[in-house]
Amino acid sequence: MAKKLIDLVTKKFGDAVLDSHSRLGNDTVVVDRGGLRELAEYLRDDEATQMNMLRDITAVDYMNRSPRFEVVYVFYSLQLKHQLLVRVPLDANDAQVASLATLWGCAGWLEREVYDMYGVIFTDHPDLRRVLLYDEFEGYPLRKDYHQQHSQPRTELLARERDSVEEFMEYVKDEPATGSRSQE
Amino acid sequence: MATDIIEPINQDIHSEPMVLQMGPSHPATHGTVRFTLTLDGETVIKCDTDVGYLHRGFEKESENSTWTQVFPYTDRLNYLSPLLCNFGYSLAVEKLLGLEVPPRCNYIRTIMGEVSRLSDHLTCVGAGALELGAMTAFLYAIEAREAVWDLIEEVTGARLTVSYGRIGGVKDDLTDDFAENWKIHRERILELHEKIDKLCTRNRIFMDRMEGTGVITPEAAISYGYTGPCLRSAGVAYDVRKDHPYFAYGEVDFDVPVGSHGDNYDRYLVRMEEILQSIRIIDQCLANIPDGPVNCDDPRVVLPEKQKVYNTIESMIAHFKIIFEGIQVPPGEIYSYTEGANGEFGYYIVSNGTGKPWKIHARTPSFVMMGGIHKLFEGGLLADIIPTFDTINMIGGACDR
Repeated sequence: MAKKLIDLVTKKFGDAVLDSHSRLGNDTVVVDRGGLRELAEYLRDDEATQMNMLRDITAVDYMNRSPRFEVVYVFYSLQLKHQLLVRVPLDANDAQVASLATLWGCAGWLEREVYDMYGVIFTDHPDLRRVLLYDEFEGYPLRKDYHQQHSQPRTELLARERDSVEEFMEYVKDEPATGSRSQE
Repeated sequence: MATDIIEPINQDIHSEPMVLQMGPSHPATHGTVRFTLTLDGETVIKCDTDVGYLHRGFEKESENSTWTQVFPYTDRLNYLSPLLCNFGYSLAVEKLLGLEVPPRCNYIRTIMGEVSRLSDHLTCVGAGALELGAMTAFLYAIEAREAVWDLIEEVTGARLTVSYGRIGGVKDDLTDDFAENWKIHRERILELHEKIDKLCTRNRIFMDRMEGTGVITPEAAISYGYTGPCLRSAGVAYDVRKDHPYFAYGEVDFDVPVGSHGDNYDRYLVRMEEILQSIRIIDQCLANIPDGPVNCDDPRVVLPEKQKVYNTIESMIAHFKIIFEGIQVPPGEIYSYTEGANGEFGYYIVSNGTGKPWKIHARTPSFVMMGGIHKLFEGGLLADIIPTFDTINMIGGACDR
């Protein structure tokens, strides 16, 4: 069972598959990024695989290894109940991979998280923005060279928000806040 | 003359879509999330979801802790069912280590996990009723959750942030009178469950708000990565406990409730039924629980007994090394998944062979479902967002990590 899936993929995408193993019950193939989209489409639509569910997308930063990043996709088939992990190695100075947003509904959303945390660019993504962090955030926090205690610069308020704050201050200007300690 | 008046009325009234910011802390939704809604009258035509207000860097913090220090962080992922997050993480690391836990530990994990699931479902059902104005049902659900939390407190020592899981076992055995107390609490929970059922399930107002709102088709649910009660309500019988049994789930008998419409009412019914199924699982486990140790016998992973730590030098050194250097997990990577209260709870873990994890990624059902929540809102009424957002049961801590 386990080996079958890897064999299928290796047979079909022989030149794109760089490595494969099934350690700890996880069938894994490492593929070149050029073959990813085709492979994903095959996994989703073929009778033998039927992987209609994209469980997860994440990335790993291997820091001192080349290629430095690896994007990990977890595919699952609800009918056949099998799972395949696909890992795509990416170079640090060219961290780009094709987006799967048109194949699975959740792919776009999960890719946004990977972009947010690792700065991996998903080409042809319809809406690649930060998802957990705010737009003004500098750097990518889950990269290993981002220090845990690193602090972010103070961001200016957006014009829209500033207006409302100023308006509010104008409004409360003449009324001292009740219970304020500075008013003694 | 009359035509002069009627003429302009017959024409389409000029209207523009309105943009409404809902959240991040809206009184009618629990969890901090912001929806930028484009409304046509009262109909939602577009919804843009913005999450991340509770982001606290779970993954970054984990990378700077030892393997055992991660447990308190996993508590705070889904704070309504922290035990399930704990055990999911234990299971993943044990797979990396190639460890087998004793059967009693598996049973304890199953029991406590289901107890935790009860608290999650009860909160979801109760809060959902509250948001539709049914205060009484909410109070009943919270009373039942209190009973559940009493049980959890008795075993783990804490009510919310339990940190009860350990790699290679659990913190402590069940208390001696746990089975007895469970019998008492079980009766009360069943009683309250019946009361909630009588108050809500056939209630005209409740049904009008829940039936046919927030509908998702099975195809869309699968494509958007929905799991757990939300996927099952759409008619897809996928449950990790049944399909890929772990712990003691393979040895107990339970049903997986499945809905057929994928609307709010079905999600409510699925959760109500799952409460009964969880009680069934706990009953069976308590009847069949084997005796024996709760931690596996591996000095590299499990802390030695306190008695030995204070009296022998070897145990003291072992204790010191596990605490300070951390458990040495062999290099490798794994995706391990369990059934959380809201869906599939997965961990992708990479180890480089040291005492600290190289990477821990939590695949939380809440986050994945928030990516597809616009599917449930769009085309519906603004007021329907309230029950829909509840039955999805998005947990801020799990979603934003």
